[in-house]
Amino acid sequence: MRRLAAALLLLVPLAGCSGGARDQADAPEKTLHVYAAASLQNAFTEIGKRFEDANDGVTVKFTFGGSSDLVAQIEQGAPADVFASADTANMDKAVKARVIGGVPQNFASNTLEIVTPPGNPAHIESLRDLTGRSAKVVVCAPEVPCGAAAARVEEAAGLRIKPVSEEQSVTDVLGKVISGEADAGLVYVTDVLGAGAKVHGVTFPESRQAVNTYPIASLRSTHDETLAAGFTDYVVGPEGQSVLSTYGFQKP
Amino acid sequence: MSLTRQSGVPRWVLVPAALGAAFVVLPLVALATRVEWGSFFSLITSDSSRAALWLSLRTSAASTLLCVVFGVPMALVLARTTFRGQSLLRSIVLLPLVLPPVVGGIALLYTFGRKGLLGETIDVLGLQIAFSTTAVVIAQTFVALPFMVVSLEGTLRTAGERYEVVAATLGARPTTVLRRVTLPLVLPGLAAGAVLSFARALGEFGATITFAGSLEGVTRTLPLEIYLQRETDPDAAVALSLVLVVVAVLVIGLVRGTRSTAL
Repeated sequence: MRRLAAALLLLVPLAGCSGGARDQADAPEKTLHVYAAASLQNAFTEIGKRFEDANDGVTVKFTFGGSSDLVAQIEQGAPADVFASADTANMDKAVKARVIGGVPQNFASNTLEIVTPPGNPAHIESLRDLTGRSAKVVVCAPEVPCGAAAARVEEAAGLRIKPVSEEQSVTDVLGKVISGEADAGLVYVTDVLGAGAKVHGVTFPESRQAVNTYPIASLRSTHDETLAAGFTDYVVGPEGQSVLSTYGFQKP
Repeated sequence: MSLTRQSGVPRWVLVPAALGAAFVVLPLVALATRVEWGSFFSLITSDSSRAALWLSLRTSAASTLLCVVFGVPMALVLARTTFRGQSLLRSIVLLPLVLPPVVGGIALLYTFGRKGLLGETIDVLGLQIAFSTTAVVIAQTFVALPFMVVSLEGTLRTAGERYEVVAATLGARPTTVLRRVTLPLVLPGLAAGAVLSFARALGEFGATITFAGSLEGVTRTLPLEIYLQRETDPDAAVALSLVLVVVAVLVIGLVRGTRSTAL
């Protein structure tokens, strides 16, 4: 499905070719395309609205997805102006692929938290409780950022979690816990906050061993370097930071 | 141009037909060009790749068996009986064909999941379906079953009831007619349906990842492994994709083989 979406995205600029130049000449409206990690969806949607309010005639359009998917799409020529990654590894990948225009800036960080269904039916109180055989635990696969963070936490704590499933993304982990299929999962602090009353969060001290840093950068392919830089500065600046903190993100 | 004369197809039809063929073939060629042939063999024989391939083959075989066990009677009922609401039932049975697999997965979760419709019953029986290989087989059977039903029902209708009627008038009981006349007659259609079901099960992704989860050797089938490998090792993902394409081509070859013996 994602591949199809990517293919369609590639067709979009073709379809827009004829009208593009005229639109720019007639209307002062500008559109900024921001490709951002899925975990930023709520925070960035609000930041985007505020940025639009602060800049007349500017529309911010978001594409949210897994960071590595987004890098792949940008590499294949997706029409993006700004890229915000959920980890430095994927930003490094983008830098290596020479698609980044500016210098990446770290703008937020996130740590893991244990998530359980409301009422915590399996009585999970610590990271150690996840290693027992009785509780069904889901984590992210080590190949994706949240799973890499989980592996670092396990290593730091000297524990080994025996998951019943290694999911593709943090939202999949959250989904399995919300539906009650799993007794516990490891997700980001921001995910627990975002899910509200549908879940119960259990913080654990070892989480500090795996801090995920979020970098943002404007892309080489942008048509409006000033606007792209304006957005990244806004995210790094006080307005962006205050929105991010209300969604549970910590300072980088 | 003998093609035009033989079949009476207007020449201009060949242009969109060729474009359509290119549309199918080109992505496969593109995939093949991205394969790192130097490391191809080591990529497809890594522990995780072999675990995924083996799991895929085992679960697809199991779900094909279930498709035969349930699909053949379903096709018989749809093709050889008439009752009120039959066309509605046929539409419902075919629904998984058009349903996005993710939706199928969510539906299965609310049926067989812990909190699902049958969750408590299954719990009482002491069975654990969520996150097990059984869940993979259920997901695959759900999406593959219509292929069996459609394929076999079509064959049953084409074959007609002449021989069955004759056998019955000669005193054969319904089970004997089914065993000795109907099934041998539609065997090629049944085989084609089974191969198609197997192919659909092998490619199953959405319902599996939604319903069964993803764990090496337990629920992570080849398509799930490809999707995961893409995150860190695109070369491995491409190599495994090619393996799946080759298996699919072999399967299509098998279907064509059974079809041609039917003619």
